[in-house]
Amino acid sequence: MKTQFSFGNWAIILLALAFFIVPLVITGMFSLWEGGSRYGFSAYQLMFSTTDFWKSLFLSFRLSVETIIVTFVLLVPAMIFVHLKAPQLKPLFEFISNLPFVIPAIALIDGLTTLYTGPSWLISTPNYLVIPYFFLALPYGYRALEVGLTTLDVKTLTEAGQSLGAGWGRIILTVLLPNLRSALIGAILLIFTTVIGEFTFASVLLFHTFAVFINDTGQNAITEAAALSLVSFLITWVFMLGVLFSGRKDAGQLKGAR
Amino acid sequence: MIPWLFVGLFLLFVLAFLVAPTAVLVLQAFTGAHGFTLSYMSGLLSFQYRLAFENSILLACASAAVGLIFGALLANAVAAPGAPAFLRGFVTSFSAVAANFSGVPLAFAFISTLGSLGLVTQMLKHLGINIYDMGFSLYSLTGLTITFAYFQVPLMLIIIVPAIDGLRVQWREAADGLGASKWQYWRHIGLPVLTPSLLGAFLLLFGNAFSAFATPFALTDGNIALVTIDISNVLSGNVMSDPQVGAALSTGMIIVMALILVIYSGLTRHAARWRK
Repeated sequence: MKTQFSFGNWAIILLALAFFIVPLVITGMFSLWEGGSRYGFSAYQLMFSTTDFWKSLFLSFRLSVETIIVTFVLLVPAMIFVHLKAPQLKPLFEFISNLPFVIPAIALIDGLTTLYTGPSWLISTPNYLVIPYFFLALPYGYRALEVGLTTLDVKTLTEAGQSLGAGWGRIILTVLLPNLRSALIGAILLIFTTVIGEFTFASVLLFHTFAVFINDTGQNAITEAAALSLVSFLITWVFMLGVLFSGRKDAGQLKGAR
Repeated sequence: MIPWLFVGLFLLFVLAFLVAPTAVLVLQAFTGAHGFTLSYMSGLLSFQYRLAFENSILLACASAAVGLIFGALLANAVAAPGAPAFLRGFVTSFSAVAANFSGVPLAFAFISTLGSLGLVTQMLKHLGINIYDMGFSLYSLTGLTITFAYFQVPLMLIIIVPAIDGLRVQWREAADGLGASKWQYWRHIGLPVLTPSLLGAFLLLFGNAFSAFATPFALTDGNIALVTIDISNVLSGNVMSDPQVGAALSTGMIIVMALILVIYSGLTRHAARWRK
């Protein structure tokens, strides 16, 4: 039985390389096309000079930050306390973290729009998206924190803090969170990637996020859409490299809304 | 006191914005003008919606199968003993990016490549091969399967590499020492050990493709019969139909996904035995 690297393996790798690289290269070529046989950066210049580009990118960025904050306020303390005080609730949390997988994004919007028709301060600003985004990111956030919390001796750390006279806020902020740093950075970057590229919720609820902007641009300006697609790929690349460097092995897990 | 406040807050949030909307949806799917009715759920069996479910399931199965086969072959190639180390690092980090590259940008990349005016399509045409005359279309289930492969294959690779690493070198050596061929090793040792992981991965890929909306929507401009597209058409008022129809479609999707998750958790419990 041969164990050296065989010809068949090289063939598979070359085939995969072609399949994954060719669409990117062609998108790059399209983005540089200026009509006829002229090539240049005009699509990029035009893109960077439109206000809608910056506005939508900024909106998606802001929503990612808000989703991260909500995750930190709602999920992180709850999970820490379940680990400390109520381990019997763990199966329930495990179950909840799987729900966003069972309820497809489009079904969740259907439910949200059916149930909530007001108040307008809630549903008519883009901030409304933070609610579905929180659930979209929940499985990763949960898994990252669960791994971090199981490897950390939360109980001893907390008792040490308490015997030194620290309150809950202080224990979480200055003892537990710093110890969970790599798990949290991984979760933050995954939330960023997820929210920046999210299209389903935003398009059905009619908010102009980055992915919706790319789709609108593609209706009439193919070279700019190509440029935007490439920029979006690079953004994903940067965040995922961050996830890999922050030491998370399960980077690239399921991403709710495709 | 404070601990319970935070746990309660989280549970309340889940209840209000995840459980309640889903419950209302399911309830709505069974409620007509005169109370309880099964007419909306049985409406899913009408030609239009049965086609959507068939297409969605077909697409999910096909793209999961493509992802499973090529992802496993690729994972086996980079995890094989003797594979250059840089190759594994490069392939796994690229996979992490590609598995998250989906939706609108992915659709545009494939339209530029294999769309009716795409570069590869045009190049093949110059060579005398008109793939669109031969029945291929990027905007069909076949085209979607090819496009979905761009995130399904890398996702498969990420899921399966740890399982392949779990195949001990000693097993291979023992088989080798007993005179087994490569095929016999895989047939009697490798594949049986990997089977639960492979089945689990298939279900994850299935769910991933089944609930996909952004990629098929951007690729076909919403002109393909898939359950997710049909729901969005009801929601945005593109088709004239009762909201109950959308609710019934969503309920149907949730039922399919719940089945997948139940089978999946059964499998992972089974697979855990091999990880010891």
